[in-house]
Amino acid sequence: MKGLKKKIDSVKPQFEKGGKYEKLHSVFDGFYTFLFTPNETSRSGVHIHDANDSKRTMIMVVIALLPCCLFGMWNVGLQHALATGDPNHGVFSLFFYGFFATLPQILTAYIVGLGIEFVVAQIRGHEIQEGFLVSGILIPMICPVDTPCWMLAIAVAFSVIFAKEVFGGTGYNFLNVALVTRAFLFFAYPSQMSGDHVFVSLGGQEAIDAFSGATPLGQLASSSGPAQILGVNGTPLTFNDMFFGFYPGSWGETSTFCILLGLALLLVTGIASWRIVLSGALGGFFMALVANHFATPLYPVTYLTPWEQLSLGGFAFAIVFMATDPVTACRTTVGKYIYGFLIGAIAIIIRCYNTGYPEGAMLAVLLMNCFAALIDYCVVNANINRRLKRVAAKN
Amino acid sequence: MNINKNLLPLINPLSKDNPVIVQVLGICSALAVTAKLEPAVVMTISVTAVLALANVIISLLRNTIPTSIRIIVQLVVVAALVVIVDQVLKAYTYDVSKALSVFIGLIITNCIIMGRLEAFAMSNRPWPAFLDGIGNGLGYGIILIIVAFFRELLGSGTLFGFQVVPQWCYEHGYQNNGMMILPPMALITVACIIWVHRSHNKDLQE
Repeated sequence: MKGLKKKIDSVKPQFEKGGKYEKLHSVFDGFYTFLFTPNETSRSGVHIHDANDSKRTMIMVVIALLPCCLFGMWNVGLQHALATGDPNHGVFSLFFYGFFATLPQILTAYIVGLGIEFVVAQIRGHEIQEGFLVSGILIPMICPVDTPCWMLAIAVAFSVIFAKEVFGGTGYNFLNVALVTRAFLFFAYPSQMSGDHVFVSLGGQEAIDAFSGATPLGQLASSSGPAQILGVNGTPLTFNDMFFGFYPGSWGETSTFCILLGLALLLVTGIASWRIVLSGALGGFFMALVANHFATPLYPVTYLTPWEQLSLGGFAFAIVFMATDPVTACRTTVGKYIYGFLIGAIAIIIRCYNTGYPEGAMLAVLLMNCFAALIDYCVVNANINRRLKRVAAKN
Repeated sequence: MNINKNLLPLINPLSKDNPVIVQVLGICSALAVTAKLEPAVVMTISVTAVLALANVIISLLRNTIPTSIRIIVQLVVVAALVVIVDQVLKAYTYDVSKALSVFIGLIITNCIIMGRLEAFAMSNRPWPAFLDGIGNGLGYGIILIIVAFFRELLGSGTLFGFQVVPQWCYEHGYQNNGMMILPPMALITVACIIWVHRSHNKDLQE
């Protein structure tokens, strides 16, 4: 590590002002601070620089995503083996199948997204900002495994430019970049983003006769009553399968268990707001309870119990990794409770009562992103009024 | 560049004073009729015709219209012209008229037309008013056609209904972008045009 630092420090002057590669300063700085914590301190005023800058915050989120990511890759392999009737269930062969099936998408997302960020940073003369480190891994994880790379590239370019860079880059976006990417894919290429053949990677092989590639929520949305949820090879799914994530879906978000592992890390390090996660889960639970109480065959998803609702689909993932995005969420304490609760409740409402969209977590988070600033505004104003009244009462 | 001063009403609205991307008027119809090129072109012609004629008529009447009822008079003139355009379209291009449905009728409420009548025709002679009408109609139409070009090309793979994206692209996995057909992308396309336009015209930047 020391040697590396010496080597980098020796070429550093060439990237400073007046150096040979002055234009590439932001690229150099991006890599430099990626590897080493900057030791710059403020020279005036009372600012305190924490070692935990945004780059390290982002890395913590990526680490929290690892369990979901690794499990998701393995699950891609498992679903493939089940769908093709392949008897080989070795952990590593399953994992590597999933790894190589998802690697092109991860690379595409990072190359396109970071490429745009680098170019924009050079044009504006800013430092490279690290927001895309997390988005780049989130984006493939919330998309079906069979999403073509060129579609992903267009969607990533669209969302990085129009959801983030036009508003001023990392920290200024009011919509979650990863979800804008998914929403773009969802509305632009609906046949690739829903249905029963995009969530399981067949890899060109024949599927077995009993094969059904629909996600659990997709199966329910197209059924006509309290149906039994089936796995890809036709066997019924138990609650354990749903909780641990052994079912087809957008590959990173199926396992609620792994999401909880990530959540634990985010809460311990204080990166995610527990208020949003708690109120989000409560909102979803409450709404699922209400929906379950008034279950009708007209809206078959309402037959799911609240626990199943929280475990299935992208709900848990959206609450833990999307709703807690500090840039797009509410800032005030009371606002966070309202924001989280509404995301949970709206996600379940869309999921249950709009049969066109089997999953509503994405739309719920995007909707509440739009209202986050308004909620904060109301909370702050309510506080001002309350204190004004107190002052008036004293006098 | 030395442009005849009399032609300014015709030339200004094309870029520097464009009704859609500078004054941001008429956005509603720009979203609604631009999913395909053909309706966009027909809409352009209709609006240009209505605007030019209405400008001339109001300009001729400008000294006799009582100020207190001028909006009503303007509306009557515009409505009469729009009905004529609507009937002509129904008679000669029935399919397009079907596709445009209420939007031909809604030309009456297009803010560009009322805006030009109020701002220009009420205080200018017929010839400049005519040029102003043509200029603003075309300025509106240019944007409509640019937006419709991109929306139809990327959203349907066609231009004027003819297949442009070759078949082998589809066989190799290319798909039309369904989002381009939806209204949000019309807004974003207009925003992109404004972006490019402002970065070329620094004096328009706020």
